[in-house]
Amino acid sequence: MNADIIIHVESLTKKFGDFVAVDNISFDVRKGEIFGFLGANGAGKTTAIRMLSGLLQPSGGKASVMGYDVYTQSEKIKAGIGYMSQRFSLYDDLTVIENMKFYGGIYGLSKNDLNHKIQEVIGILKIDEFKNQLVKSLPLGWKQKLAFSISILHNPALVFLDEPTGGVDPVTRREFWELIMNSAHQGTTIFVTTHYMDEAEYCNTVSIMVDGRIDAMNTPQELKKQFNSQDIHSIFVNLARQSTRKEFE
Amino acid sequence: MRNILTIIRKEFSQFFRDKTNIRMLLVMPAIQLIILPLVADYEVKNIKLCVVDHDHSHYVNEMIQKITSSGYINLCAYENSMDKAMHLFEQDEADVILEIMPDFEKNLIRDNEVTIGVSINAVNGPRASIGGQYLQSILGEFNREIRLKWIQFPKFNPVPIIKTEHSYWFNPSMNYKHFMVPGILVILLTMVGANMSALNFVKEKEIGTIEQINVSPIKKYEFILGKLIPFWILGQVVLTIGLIIAFLFYGIIPKGSIALIYVFSSFYLLAVLSFGLLISTYVKTQQQTMLISFFFMMIFILLSGLYTSIDSMPKWGQVVTWFNPIAYFVKVNRMVIMKGSGFSDILPSILSMIAMATVLISWAVFNYKKRA
Repeated sequence: MNADIIIHVESLTKKFGDFVAVDNISFDVRKGEIFGFLGANGAGKTTAIRMLSGLLQPSGGKASVMGYDVYTQSEKIKAGIGYMSQRFSLYDDLTVIENMKFYGGIYGLSKNDLNHKIQEVIGILKIDEFKNQLVKSLPLGWKQKLAFSISILHNPALVFLDEPTGGVDPVTRREFWELIMNSAHQGTTIFVTTHYMDEAEYCNTVSIMVDGRIDAMNTPQELKKQFNSQDIHSIFVNLARQSTRKEFE
Repeated sequence: MRNILTIIRKEFSQFFRDKTNIRMLLVMPAIQLIILPLVADYEVKNIKLCVVDHDHSHYVNEMIQKITSSGYINLCAYENSMDKAMHLFEQDEADVILEIMPDFEKNLIRDNEVTIGVSINAVNGPRASIGGQYLQSILGEFNREIRLKWIQFPKFNPVPIIKTEHSYWFNPSMNYKHFMVPGILVILLTMVGANMSALNFVKEKEIGTIEQINVSPIKKYEFILGKLIPFWILGQVVLTIGLIIAFLFYGIIPKGSIALIYVFSSFYLLAVLSFGLLISTYVKTQQQTMLISFFFMMIFILLSGLYTSIDSMPKWGQVVTWFNPIAYFVKVNRMVIMKGSGFSDILPSILSMIAMATVLISWAVFNYKKRA
């Protein structure tokens, strides 16, 4: 296998009873790239991410993350990845600092490293005045930026972001993507799902999921050429319209 | 180890941030321990007596006076027909009917023998049997008094009588509070400990933070212990508050060693907290947790020997109590507090707790899945 490949997926499938949530998908993610995962609600994006991050047992196919097999070495994968779930995952009733200390702590950061990291995050996010406030008192955009910063507190080689900008205003979304780009520049591989087609333009590779399958995958430029379209948005709408899957969840 | 400390620190920050938790921890045991032992009382008092008197004689008066002066039985009706009395029975306005036949006094004096009718309302079983016994012993006493007055004693008593004198050991005055307080304390400890830890765990499932824990490299046992230890400490705090209240309000000082109570509670809390956590690994919402723990608490409390004696349960019921942690602590608490039992006396119970805790913790760790 190519040393440049950080995620290798072959015919990965997940069934819930008769329902095939993820249908035989295959792709590779290169080290250091931003890999965008687009798809309508219920297309199977979250299920795919949960399998790759060791939260869900696949029904079939092969997948390895950072060289570790998702079937047998999921705990090793967990030590090396960051993960920001679709649902807000910080503790509302803890302060900004307490949240950082907790998550840094369970990833085994030493006290010094952790304090250093906390100062760094506070500096980058400019949240010095909020650091001792409860997380529930922060606006959503701040929370999301904080959640992202916490998910990469332990310097993972790879981070999974599941709709990190859902419900966030355009200005904050732009700031959020600056954080993502920044982290990518430092060599972190970013695996991100989104609904916002303008965000797809930031990605090195875009894949579009429909009904559990990957119907298109390429760089944004190539995709536009391939589908003879001006923007990702219309490609997405065309593909998503072919969906036969009824809204679920 | 550091991971466990990280979780414990987080749990305490969250716990003390919510003032309701602190109130629950301090006020709930205080109120319950101050009020419940006063009302959860086995003594049968205020038995409602209805007398149906067909005789209207001096002796009847004397007898009624004797009965009502006991303090346990109140005369609440004085009727002249059994029909009226039965009506009171049906209305639940009388517990006991005493029917005195015509010529009561005459027969008593002439024949030395008289029959009176006692009818007891047995809708409330224990009340009926204890009330009946009271009445019987009062009538027996009355009977002896008359005999003393009327009958010349022979030089030698022709009928040998064995008279029993009894004393109650370990609780000479039969003070029910000494009996109830240690038991209620156990229930409190269990409610606070097991419920809170189980709810806390499930709350992480509800708000979704469990996903973030599951995607971290944390070990399953680290997470379970991190959830267990804070409530173990809080449990000991509740126990301490309870023992202080028992001393301040009821003057209960353990006859045995207080350290021994803490030794036992250490293992007891391990067992019940693991049970709470085990439940929470199976359920999805706090509501389900509440219903399931309510179900088990009912069984555990009724089979704990707190209200009814385990020795009087059917054999299969006694077997069930072997798996009831509350039954062990109720027993040990009473042994140490009332009898002053020592370490070797409660060792079998400690060993049972260790066995239970080991099984339940392993089960909870096993059943907690970091991957669906």
